[in-house]
Amino acid sequence: MLRQFHKLSGLLAALLVTVLALSGAVLSAFPALDRAGAVMAPTDAISVADLAGRIADHYPSVEQIRRTPSGKVIAFHFENGAPASIVVDPVSGQAVADYAPPALERWMTNLHRSLFLDDAGRMVAGLGALAMALLVFSGLQITARHMGGWRRVLGRARGSRHRRLHVDFGRPAATGLMLSALTGIYMSLSTFGVVPDGSAQAPGFPEQVAGGPAIAVDRIEAFRDIGLSDLRELTFPYPDDPTDAYGIKTATGEGYVDQATGQMLVWQEYGLARQVHETIYRLHTGQGLWWLGLLLGLAALAVPVMSVTGMLVWASGRRGRPRIEANVPARAADTVILVGSEGGSTWGFARTLHDALTATGHKVHTAPMDSLAPRYRAASRMFILTATYGDGAAPRSARRFLARLEAMDAPAFPVAVLGFGDRRFPRFCRFAQDVEQALLRKGWASFMPLATIDRQSAQAFARWGTALSEALGEAVTLTHVPARPRSHTLTLLTRRDYGEAVQAPTSILRFAVPRSGLLARLTGRAFPRFAAGDLLGILPPGSDIPRYYSLASSSRDGVLEICVRKHPGGLCSGHLHGLRPGATIDAFIRSNPEFRPASGRKPVILIGAGTGMGPLAGFIRANRRRRPVHLYFGGRDPGSDYLYEDEIATWLGDKRLSSVTTAFSRVAERVYVQDRIRENAEALRTMIAQGAQVMVCGGRNMADGVRAALEEVLIPLGLTAAALKAQGRYAEDVY
Amino acid sequence: MKSLLATLALTSALTLPGVAAAKPVTLTATLNDYGGDGAYLALYVTDANGAYAGSLWMAGDKSKYYEHLRDWYRATGGSLAEIDGITGASVGAGRTLKITLDLADALFDAGYELHIDAAVEDMRDSPSDVVVPLTRAGTGQPVAGRRYIRAVAYDM
Repeated sequence: MLRQFHKLSGLLAALLVTVLALSGAVLSAFPALDRAGAVMAPTDAISVADLAGRIADHYPSVEQIRRTPSGKVIAFHFENGAPASIVVDPVSGQAVADYAPPALERWMTNLHRSLFLDDAGRMVAGLGALAMALLVFSGLQITARHMGGWRRVLGRARGSRHRRLHVDFGRPAATGLMLSALTGIYMSLSTFGVVPDGSAQAPGFPEQVAGGPAIAVDRIEAFRDIGLSDLRELTFPYPDDPTDAYGIKTATGEGYVDQATGQMLVWQEYGLARQVHETIYRLHTGQGLWWLGLLLGLAALAVPVMSVTGMLVWASGRRGRPRIEANVPARAADTVILVGSEGGSTWGFARTLHDALTATGHKVHTAPMDSLAPRYRAASRMFILTATYGDGAAPRSARRFLARLEAMDAPAFPVAVLGFGDRRFPRFCRFAQDVEQALLRKGWASFMPLATIDRQSAQAFARWGTALSEALGEAVTLTHVPARPRSHTLTLLTRRDYGEAVQAPTSILRFAVPRSGLLARLTGRAFPRFAAGDLLGILPPGSDIPRYYSLASSSRDGVLEICVRKHPGGLCSGHLHGLRPGATIDAFIRSNPEFRPASGRKPVILIGAGTGMGPLAGFIRANRRRRPVHLYFGGRDPGSDYLYEDEIATWLGDKRLSSVTTAFSRVAERVYVQDRIRENAEALRTMIAQGAQVMVCGGRNMADGVRAALEEVLIPLGLTAAALKAQGRYAEDVY
Repeated sequence: MKSLLATLALTSALTLPGVAAAKPVTLTATLNDYGGDGAYLALYVTDANGAYAGSLWMAGDKSKYYEHLRDWYRATGGSLAEIDGITGASVGAGRTLKITLDLADALFDAGYELHIDAAVEDMRDSPSDVVVPLTRAGTGQPVAGRRYIRAVAYDM
């Protein structure tokens, strides 16, 4: 709900808010410039009488003296009959420079305040300030929730590059932006008279003046009592008009002074409304507070970055999810479907279910699992359809589900959970099972037991639909047609084969990166940038279900490189193994931002076996900064399946790789990579104590063995693998 | 007596355009390129003794800035009743303000003077930027102002 609001306001107001912020940032420099151009004097020592006297000595035709909030003293006078304005040194009373308000400042102020459109423009600018305040507020709330609480709100941002940029720029700028927005809203309201700005109570011109001969301005008693730092504006009377009087405005009030007697004739203190207005004005513009102005200007510079990254996050979010027609709002729905999806395929199944139930007359609300609400006013049942990420973790749209479940009471309506997974992995549908357990523990009623779907089987889904029809007492037919993901055509450049001799046929395949024309890049259909660790989703002929392979290269390398192990009977791996250079495949990129070395120079420990070497090779290749990288590689026979053997020698030579430790399991000395870990426990402990991170890639069995070995290594440090994982220093890419 | 008559004539000229002794007069005021925002202008008339006789037009609609039109403000106390119904937009730099008013014949050649006070945000206030005596001979003769007004002329 909050995210929808933030998205909507952001999209609608992005341009307006960016224009206001950029013009504001430019304007924020002017108070500082003003201050730099002012001649400062020890302001206590000089009274207004002294100042006025000195200026009048040099410029007898002086009409008005003004002091800006930053301390600049300006005098308006006549020179040979023509009006002139000068900046004055208060000590000597002489001109320092001509005064001309910079045209840029005026132009920018008109843009910022009213978009050059007078009152209508001011209203729009006011709405822009309101939008800014709402965006900052909702953005902070979303970030706190995303991080898991206000106490962790300053932690490391997660997610795709654009999301991380959005949060990293938004957090430091939030205070400044909120201050500018709130003061801007107040100023807008006061322009339209909604809040008082205290300007209505100016004192009237005195009815009687003494009328005698004028005394010299530096002998005027009323001015001796006022210090220079309090002066705002002093207006001289007409030279030959005895009925005129001095007009004086100070920081605390304004009034009129008799030019013959030197007494204050009329004086009015500024009321509270005026002082509040002035304070808010200064907080917004930074006038008189030049350092604040600069800080607010810096904060404002974050806004265009956030507009752009925000829109990119929105765009990529839209691409991940299929459109769900007739999606009823949560409070009106009688059936709620919550979806936990990583790559988007589960959403497709949810849409089939949604459409089928809507066709039989239900009002269905489909949403991500993260949007679990404490109350669904009209619901009679809930479905939870969820995939599993990696090793039993929650998929992308369900990361906060379990926490939210803990915080709410069991509702009156029953729930049914459907898990999606792959039976080839031992922890089949692990997250779905965790969800079911949690629901039972919290006392939720269940109207169907946990069911699972293997490898996105449409038949299994249809069978579940039959069981659902019985449970509901109405006919529900689920015919799922998986949407074929949008793909590009890739051409195979080279292949290298390993492992034939040890019954582990593995190939390193290199594909050309497809070139995208300008139109494709503008419409967002260009081949995206990728880095080692991301996934290449390949659509083999005869199937619309993609198979994923970890990438061993980055966009910078100019090729798409993957390591493929041929599985007996595997549709995709078999097809890939049969490819000759020049053949083409259909594929797309799925980003995997969680499996990346953290930025910085701390050491990285890479542990992989077999095809798991792929992304690790990519990381080593990309190690331009030459941080310490230590590789542990496991294979069967160094003569047959030592992947990247030649490259590893090169990388050791140019220091992209600091050390490599190998373990081969089908030679005389059969060692596994986890044994090597135990052997090098001391060295590993030292590195981990220095802040190193561990990245593991490979098959499930190897990953389990490595984890067990690492737990042993970590005991003396008082750490566990889970603790390292929580710090972001232990990452696995396991299949 | 004469001044009272003239004052009455002025006010009734503004509110009863059909009165026989009034004539439509076009005032044209052109502003300098003074390099600033839109100028607030107060057009008003003083009698032979210099006393305020009535307002003709106020260019500028935000009353909180009227205090910068110092002579007008002093004479009227900033009373909005004086300019009720004769207010318009402020005038941009280099632009021209052209208004047609029914002015009583009695105003001309009787020592009455047209004053225009001008003020621009963040720039100097210019009370009585231009003072034009109202005479029949002076029809069509442009008079230069001190700071913001390049020329004022009136046509009968």
